[in-house]
Amino acid sequence: MDAFLIQILNGLDKGSAYALIALGLTLIFGTLGVVNFAHGALFMIGAFCAVTLQRIFKLSFVTEDPTQQDFLGNPLKVETPYVMDWFGPEVGAGIIEWSVPLAILFCIPVMIGVGFAMERGLIKHFYKRPHADQILVTFGLAIVLQEIIKYFFGANPIPTPAPASLNGVVNLGAIIGMDIVYPLWRVIYFCFSALIIGGIFAFLQFTTFGMVVRAGMADRETVGLLGINIDRKFTIMFGIAAAVAGLAGVMYTPINPPNYHMGMDFLVLSFVVVVVGGMGSLPGAVLAGFLLGILESFASTTWATTTIPGINQVIIYLVAIIVLLTRPRGLLGRKGVMED
Amino acid sequence: MLGLNKQDTTLFLIVVALTALAPFILNPFPTESAMAQFNAGYPDLMQRFVIFGIFAIGFNILFGLTGYLSFGHAAFLGVGSYAAVWMFKLFSYNVFPAIFLSVVIAGLFSLLIGYISLRRSGIYFSILTLAFAQMSFALAYSVLSNPKFNLTNGETGLQVYTDDLQMFHGDHLPDLPHIFGLLTMRDNFVLTVGGWDFNFNVGYYFCALIMLLAFYFSVRIFRSPFGTMLRAVKSNQTRMYYTGLNARPYTLAAFVISGMYAGLAGGLMAAVDPLAGAERMQWTASGEVVLMTILGGAGTLIGPILGAGFIKYFENIFSKINDTVLHSWFSFLPDGMEDFMVAIVHPFIGKGWHLTLGLLFMMVVIFLPGGLVEGGQRIMRLFRGKKAAKEADEATQSTPAE
Amino acid sequence: MGILEVKNVNKRFGGLQALGDVNLSVAENTVHAIIGPNGAGKSTLLNVLVGKLVPDTGSVLFDGQSVLGRKPYEINQMGISRVFQTPEIFGDLSVIENMMIPIFAKRDGAFRMHAFENADNEKGIIEQAEQMLESLNLADQRNMHSAAMSRGNKRRLEIGMCLAQEPRLLLLDEPTAGMARADTNNTIDLLKQISDERDITIAIIEHDMHVVFSLAERITVLAQGTPLVEDTPDNIKGHPKVREAYLGESA
Repeated sequence: MDAFLIQILNGLDKGSAYALIALGLTLIFGTLGVVNFAHGALFMIGAFCAVTLQRIFKLSFVTEDPTQQDFLGNPLKVETPYVMDWFGPEVGAGIIEWSVPLAILFCIPVMIGVGFAMERGLIKHFYKRPHADQILVTFGLAIVLQEIIKYFFGANPIPTPAPASLNGVVNLGAIIGMDIVYPLWRVIYFCFSALIIGGIFAFLQFTTFGMVVRAGMADRETVGLLGINIDRKFTIMFGIAAAVAGLAGVMYTPINPPNYHMGMDFLVLSFVVVVVGGMGSLPGAVLAGFLLGILESFASTTWATTTIPGINQVIIYLVAIIVLLTRPRGLLGRKGVMED
Repeated sequence: MLGLNKQDTTLFLIVVALTALAPFILNPFPTESAMAQFNAGYPDLMQRFVIFGIFAIGFNILFGLTGYLSFGHAAFLGVGSYAAVWMFKLFSYNVFPAIFLSVVIAGLFSLLIGYISLRRSGIYFSILTLAFAQMSFALAYSVLSNPKFNLTNGETGLQVYTDDLQMFHGDHLPDLPHIFGLLTMRDNFVLTVGGWDFNFNVGYYFCALIMLLAFYFSVRIFRSPFGTMLRAVKSNQTRMYYTGLNARPYTLAAFVISGMYAGLAGGLMAAVDPLAGAERMQWTASGEVVLMTILGGAGTLIGPILGAGFIKYFENIFSKINDTVLHSWFSFLPDGMEDFMVAIVHPFIGKGWHLTLGLLFMMVVIFLPGGLVEGGQRIMRLFRGKKAAKEADEATQSTPAE
Repeated sequence: MGILEVKNVNKRFGGLQALGDVNLSVAENTVHAIIGPNGAGKSTLLNVLVGKLVPDTGSVLFDGQSVLGRKPYEINQMGISRVFQTPEIFGDLSVIENMMIPIFAKRDGAFRMHAFENADNEKGIIEQAEQMLESLNLADQRNMHSAAMSRGNKRRLEIGMCLAQEPRLLLLDEPTAGMARADTNNTIDLLKQISDERDITIAIIEHDMHVVFSLAERITVLAQGTPLVEDTPDNIKGHPKVREAYLGESA
């Protein structure tokens, strides 16, 4: 039983990442009708927002400490981060340590900006072009973005730890009298994702803006005929989708040190998630994200991998292929949407 | 000639001449000169030109004609490589049976994947092929490489070991891929003329000959009624179905043909270097052939070859340009300007080649959907003037492939 | 017994009865028009005939054979061709290629792997296609990109492509919708010429009464998914039920 719950938990954190990326992909596909192969890159850029902020906090000036000497006998050069100088050593150290959570605030405006720039500068011109062209141009953009990141940050993964106090483990089973020890940060990641997903749904459900967007997703032309400027709203949705992907990236950094190709790695799986959930269905994307995450986690158990070696590597694709062939509109997709 | 019309014959002969004379054309700088690093006339690179040329020609038959964008063709290339290496391991180093098996296995594999994927079109098709390719990669990388059943040898890659069976291998035969024991793929003849060293490599000419054959077949397909049908699939499937035609077998046939081309390319890769690794199957490798085809000009005859050559050449050359080279290029500028220019160009060269490629690719998709071929045509039209341009326009419309 | 027999066809979409007990008989070598106000189920009926939709109940016989459950291309191969409301042609191909494809389909069936023949060597096919273009007055546009043609010419080409298959039944879905008057008259003349010169049955769905009364020999009026009356044009003109259906709709 414990092991069973642990597997579900293990699935939840990866599932959260899938769900968040797939949610953004679906928002973009549903509203703008664009298949965005650069969405993985947005996830990656989000992760590198955390790295950047950490680096900014660590910006230092150098002083010489005459009381100490380095091994050559010269006065020791000491690097002091500016934040330590400004806010005092303790607060400064705290800020540096908390750079990942703080990056959430930093990431939102950056990602919305990136999203706007992408939509206005490029995607906008591809609404009327075939899906193949959209795939191609966003694929090209994804390459460009990841190479830019590689140029500035190098090819190696960059460790970006969570604050020490959030880095430990927590016994989740204590409440129900079981022993389920689980990394705290992963619990936070899941809660954070749930919060964002809930926020997006509430936003779409309860605001006028969200209502128009939902109507536009259902029938773009009619909404356009009503004289509502749907394009601007869709641009904003693109920004929001980018921010969601970015936040997923920021929070993922302590789980996996970010590298420049993490976007591409997640992209394929996120597409699979979108397709399984149902193209254009937001609840479908979330549901499929978690389901596939959990499924993958179960397929990674020793029992599963000894029964069928490597099943954990292919399970998601197998499920996707079966779903696409038996129920092309996906788990929760609407009938008639992209069924061919 | 050979059932080709005049225009296509000319094109074919140009391609024949270019591939035959490649050791000269790609080697314009004397060996000792500073520019020699920009020579591309060495066997390894020349082989890659033609092998990727075959891959792209095949991909173009699917994407260029039917418009179905597959992101999974690297899987067929990988399967072809594995098949060839297994042929080396079990029977002999003779390349003919190996390549034959590559094509057959890739054909069967693409029949299976195509049959399933083609039940969907548009982005669903792209995503299905993507999923299949990633699955094949995962299978090759880990699943099919366990102690019980080792088909792919996982991370290390499949290669030939001395204790392999090699049933028809004899002492008189060379220990590397060969053509009926007469020539090995690595045989190389260097012609030295003045300061130039020209490489005539058996592996290259073998692959080049096969590429010419592959190119010839693709021209025939483009000009056949079958080719017209494939373009009809791309143009309007509704009309196709209401004209009593079943589009699916047509697309499946195109898919399998292009899969066999990919398998052929994979087999040749193994033939020039008897090793097969899973990374050949990764979806980014499929992306590369997409880049080649579109950069060169999807749906045109010569485009994929140009694209493959272009990408492989600059991938190689760009990685060799470093800041020292840049400084020497911009040395005519004042010092400050020189450093500035070097700083600007720096991100795009050396390891930044992929950045350049990505940007270039986006430019092509946005502004030049016909790729390099269309670019060339536009330039030609500029020279010929407006009236000629109109004629050329009509000509390309009725025969959209050049 | 007509060439096309529709019997007791019903089709529901959710709560909407799109077709209710439709009975229709189209006699061979006639021009039969199906008219009706918007939402009368004309398009649904057409989609049932060509195999795009399968009715819930009922039967559709073409020349004594059921078309139900067959794919559109199979139904086409039986001898039913369809002209669409907006011309469906192969826009990326030249006009002559457009015309060659149905002739290939006629000769080779739904699929044939003729990958090593040369399309330019198919003299017989090219000749037929050229004759067809000639008879449509499109010969001068032979090598043009078909997407660049005028709307009226696209329509002519599409009709020609259907005729090239020598179908026994030609279905037209509002063939003059959105056309200028001159193009409309041209199309009427073309259709008249076709029905005079060929052994062909034409079933036409149309809004434009001018077109209907210039062409049709029989008219079926459809309202709310059910045939109201079927009669000759002259009798239909003053029919009270028809007036009611149309006026009731517009009022």
